[in-house]
Amino acid sequence: MRHVTYEQRHKPDIWNRPHISAEAAIMWDHEIRAMASSHSIIAASVFMATVLPAVLVPGFSVYGTHLLWLYSVSAAVAAVSVSVFWLLGISPPTKKHTLGYKLSRLFRSCLYFFLSCLFFHTVVILYGAPLIESALETFSLAVLLTSLTTLRCLCVLGPNVQAWIRVFSRHGAMSVWDTCLQITVAFTLIGAWLGAFPIPLDWDRPWQVWPVSCSLGAMIGYLTGLVVAPAWIHYHRKQLTYKCK
Amino acid sequence: MKGLTVLSLLLWLCAAYFVGIYLFVGGFLLVRLEVNRTSACGDVLQPGAESADFCRGAPRFRRVVVLIIDALKIDFARFDPAKTAPRPYENKLPVLEETVSARPAQSRLYPFRADPPTTTMQRIKGFTTGSLPTFVDVGNNFASSAILEDNLIHQLGQMGKRVVFMGDDTWENLFPKKFYRSLPFPSFNVKDLHTVDNGILQHLYTTMVGDDWDVLVAHFLGVDHCGHRFGPDHPAMADKLTQMDGVIRSVMERLQDDTLLVVMGDHGMTDTGDHGGESQKETDAALFLYSPSAIFPGPPAEDEPDVVPQTDLVPTLALLLGIPIPFSSVGQVLLPLFPPQEQTQGAVRRLSQLEALWINTKQVNRFLETYSSLSSDIPPESLSELKAAFARLSSDYLGSVGAGLPPSPHLASSLQAYLTSVRDTCRATWARFNPAKMAAGLAVLTFACLACFVMSELSAALTEEKRAGLKGPVAAAITIGVAVAAVQLVARGYVEVVWCLAAGAFASEALFLWRAWRLNRPAVLKNGAKVSKLSARRLLAPSLAVPLLRCASLLSDSYVIYEGRVVTFLLLSLALYVPVRLNWDGHLVPLTPDPLKSAGPLPSPALTLAAVRKESSSLIGCLGGLVLCACVSLSFHGCREEQGGCTPSPFLSPLSRLQDSQLKNLYYILSVVSLGVSAYLLRLWLCHYGNLNSSGGTAFAARWVLPLLCVCAGLHWAVSATPEDGFRKLAELIRVAQLALPRAAFALLGLGLGLIWADPLTVFVKTRAAASARSPALAPRYRASTGISPQAELRHLIPQIYQRMRRSLEDGEAGGVEDGRPAVEAYGLGTVYSAPLLLFCGLLGVGLLLLHPEGMALAFLLLLLEMAALLHIHAAAEVDPKWVFSVAWTPVVLWSLAASQFFHSTGHLPTFPSIQWGAAFVGFPDGHSGTVLPACLVTLNTFASHILFAVGCPLLLFWPLVREVRGGRGVKGHGEEGEDAVMEMRLREKPQQFSAALLQLSTRYVFILGAQVFSSVCAAAILRRHLMVWKVFAPKLLFEASGFVVSCCFLLIGVTLVLRVDVAVGRWFKRLIPDASR
Repeated sequence: MRHVTYEQRHKPDIWNRPHISAEAAIMWDHEIRAMASSHSIIAASVFMATVLPAVLVPGFSVYGTHLLWLYSVSAAVAAVSVSVFWLLGISPPTKKHTLGYKLSRLFRSCLYFFLSCLFFHTVVILYGAPLIESALETFSLAVLLTSLTTLRCLCVLGPNVQAWIRVFSRHGAMSVWDTCLQITVAFTLIGAWLGAFPIPLDWDRPWQVWPVSCSLGAMIGYLTGLVVAPAWIHYHRKQLTYKCK
Repeated sequence: MKGLTVLSLLLWLCAAYFVGIYLFVGGFLLVRLEVNRTSACGDVLQPGAESADFCRGAPRFRRVVVLIIDALKIDFARFDPAKTAPRPYENKLPVLEETVSARPAQSRLYPFRADPPTTTMQRIKGFTTGSLPTFVDVGNNFASSAILEDNLIHQLGQMGKRVVFMGDDTWENLFPKKFYRSLPFPSFNVKDLHTVDNGILQHLYTTMVGDDWDVLVAHFLGVDHCGHRFGPDHPAMADKLTQMDGVIRSVMERLQDDTLLVVMGDHGMTDTGDHGGESQKETDAALFLYSPSAIFPGPPAEDEPDVVPQTDLVPTLALLLGIPIPFSSVGQVLLPLFPPQEQTQGAVRRLSQLEALWINTKQVNRFLETYSSLSSDIPPESLSELKAAFARLSSDYLGSVGAGLPPSPHLASSLQAYLTSVRDTCRATWARFNPAKMAAGLAVLTFACLACFVMSELSAALTEEKRAGLKGPVAAAITIGVAVAAVQLVARGYVEVVWCLAAGAFASEALFLWRAWRLNRPAVLKNGAKVSKLSARRLLAPSLAVPLLRCASLLSDSYVIYEGRVVTFLLLSLALYVPVRLNWDGHLVPLTPDPLKSAGPLPSPALTLAAVRKESSSLIGCLGGLVLCACVSLSFHGCREEQGGCTPSPFLSPLSRLQDSQLKNLYYILSVVSLGVSAYLLRLWLCHYGNLNSSGGTAFAARWVLPLLCVCAGLHWAVSATPEDGFRKLAELIRVAQLALPRAAFALLGLGLGLIWADPLTVFVKTRAAASARSPALAPRYRASTGISPQAELRHLIPQIYQRMRRSLEDGEAGGVEDGRPAVEAYGLGTVYSAPLLLFCGLLGVGLLLLHPEGMALAFLLLLLEMAALLHIHAAAEVDPKWVFSVAWTPVVLWSLAASQFFHSTGHLPTFPSIQWGAAFVGFPDGHSGTVLPACLVTLNTFASHILFAVGCPLLLFWPLVREVRGGRGVKGHGEEGEDAVMEMRLREKPQQFSAALLQLSTRYVFILGAQVFSSVCAAAILRRHLMVWKVFAPKLLFEASGFVVSCCFLLIGVTLVLRVDVAVGRWFKRLIPDASR
């Protein structure tokens, strides 16, 4: 199934790269550059999503009206990621070009998005978040995590859980974008995990309130991932080989 | 199998750890015995005088107002008009200096030196009992914080004085129901500067104006809280001190002539506003004395004390108010407050300086005699010196008073000198950290951790070596220890065992490490670059990062307070990492067969897709179970007082306290059902693996003792939950049952454990008729026993193993004689090691459950399930095809985290008030005569989860074998025979690796626990001046250390049981095959 996907790409020559040749290296640079610029666009959207409401909405602050910030950032990241990946043509091409198939794909994507929100919500609760009180906050965090991680999976791999699971294995990455996906998702989740650490401290800071530290951690982790991914790929481009078919 | 080597290495390791802990705790925690005797008026007979009651005399003051301003440092009280730009805390209490200079005969300001630990609770104890409280005041009041020692408040109450208290609610806990009237205000919230103070101010003046009080104690907390929150150098402190200045002024205005005003700080503060330690900034508070009538002879004389020790307030106040000095006081009267000899004659008889000193001396001497007869922690030579001094003084004084002569002028000063030396002796014994011992303990512990790590890495080499490996270190320990003892004996005349132990342990560890290094060097040289270094990358691996985080979390009071949740969080993180890691390595999801890359990342070609999928789904299922167990277990937590807004689990209170009978029945049924389910699951497992077929002691224990024990427990709960007055007719029966049922359960437990120990083999051997054995498919016929389906038998009974061994033995002599193969089946051989261990755990678990409140049965069921889930995850995650029994770090870390998690989930907390004292009365409802048995019961109750996880630790080694996951992995090389279920018999095939792996597993477990102890020791050492040291870190250290000791003991028991099984299995084989060498 996978090789079908890759053969039908619009620019198949970029993707078929059994050996790194001089020609391929140029392609590499091209791809890395594309990645870096798309990442900077996403980062800029995060920045704008923080700054614009601060200008437009009176009384807006990241801590005070945290949920507002959270949703504005989530929406911005979601919109920008989807459009950037669509424009770049990273999104896996569809098998059939019928409208019905496309619609069903869209529907499945939305369903997966929602299921992923529920999944993150459950995981966060299992990690010790309160079950009933502040459920809205917990769910908002789940939405943020979903739009930072699952949405990217949806964009890069399509609504295909099998492929998602496979990407997160040592030999699972099949393109630079898969490696990039691995890095950003790992950074985001580790960031959110680390964000839970200051909560028990008795410092009484506004960012210790649930879920501010976790969502900030996830956001910082995500931004770090955006920076690290192209850099890492750039410095390891000699070692990276992708099994492609 | 080198059982003795493994055991001796472990023992040596534990001993090294214990010495380190003992040294540190000995230097850190100072223990004092509480003397529960009280002074009475009759004790204070005045010399020479007729036997008039001391208390009948009119006291110097009828009333006293004590204003305690928490953390009123002496610097705050001084006033220096020369300062033009005072700091926020300077010159804010001008009233004190004004009064002292304007009315020198009525007032004094002294520096008031507290004894460490300078925390409020200890200080209140100090200036009411006159003693030097230590962290552990050994007495019988562990359960409550009330002061049982003789104290001022008690004496005032005895004399009928009406004590009115307002302020810090610590007093209310220390002196419950001792006050005539009490207005406590919550003191816990350090952020709150005003609640307590404003509360006092609302009532202080109205109370003072009224006449229904004799002693008024007001404890202000604002200054202290301000220090903690902002530090002294902050405008808020200036406001607070100015407010206090106003308070003192208004109180002074309202004083009457027969009233004494005492304004004092209980301790000082550092420049950051903290206290608790022993620096001068923390110990030096202010003491201000004032009376509207003249008390002092004049302006401060030359011979007045520069500094007043805090203990001195007690005898002074007592004698001024005409009450006996509290029994355990070691203070010394403040002489300037008493008239010299000449002024004694007056209308009101006042104690002269000399008389006061004499009363004081007699009381101190009496205390010293009583204390030294009870405890021997005061050095004998100083004790005898003090006794001699007292004898001399007493004869001098009595002689001069008896003869009516004016006493010699030196007598007063020598009495003072005597009192000072008593106090100094006591202080040296009780109130000082011993940094040398603490440092030595830390060093020994560091080296023990290092040795433990080295041992776990070199376990193979260490078990291969001859037993001489340990002879050197032990010999070194003894030699150095004896040498140090001899040097001490020569130089000082007596031996301090602690230092001998320290030197011995240190030498032994050093020698061991050196030898280990030598042992390791050839290996390093051989392997060249492959040296396993502790690089940053390895440290970041979650299996090591999580214990690191855990250890780091012990250094912060917030994390210690929320330890239960923190541990669960870390456990879940590490557990969720396991499948992620497996997926990363490509073991979780079956990769689609790739024609281009045949070898690739596939675990083994033999693995079928379905098998991998099944394993993975079972792994995910177990993970789900683990996560659920962990989450549900959060609802069994108790509450620390520091946790605001927390309600303790309803399961923690015993059933007998529940009022609602319907709820009671529900809880009871829930408890009994979970107990039954636990027992049933255990039995099912044993049955499944064919261990119940045998007729030995262990099978008997499983078949009869375990169910009986559960029945006993259930009945005991029922009996203890019956309401007191519910069945009046059956009262006698209930009483007997309350006594007999738990005792019967203990006896059964002992019987079961003894049986397992005596006969641990759970193998049932069945000899078949030889001819009929040659059935075509090599599948022997099975005897259907205890209701096992033949399918289960086919899968799990291990008949072929014996045949295989036999054939390989006989191949040489009787080759080709196929029919000569004996037809013997051995049921339960595959789980011969784990079955007794598991049963041991189960029995122990039910026994420990009996010591808990009934509701904890659910928590114990969760513990069992989580143990199983952890073992399954561990077994499923073990995918290395070249695996030789060694257990990786991750499962060991998970295991130790689960032990801590269930310590909290069985309702325990690392604080003294949370100890479940009820455990001591299970089976002994009328109390005990000794102290050993209740202490044991309470220890067993407190560390139940540590015990179960420590005993069960070797299961980690057996489980991958029991599960035989990944379809006979590891036995591929054996060809056709490899299809046999070999299970734990593989351990017998490779005894060398078995002992190495057992040693490695136990040392890894000890290392993780030891690292936690080390970290809490570090926390106590580094943060010994922290605000929370006596509330959080010191109790945590004690619990961690005792948990470690208990865990080590039970780990040793578990390992010994495994070795015992090994010996039994060896004997069994010998009996079956007499010519077999092993």
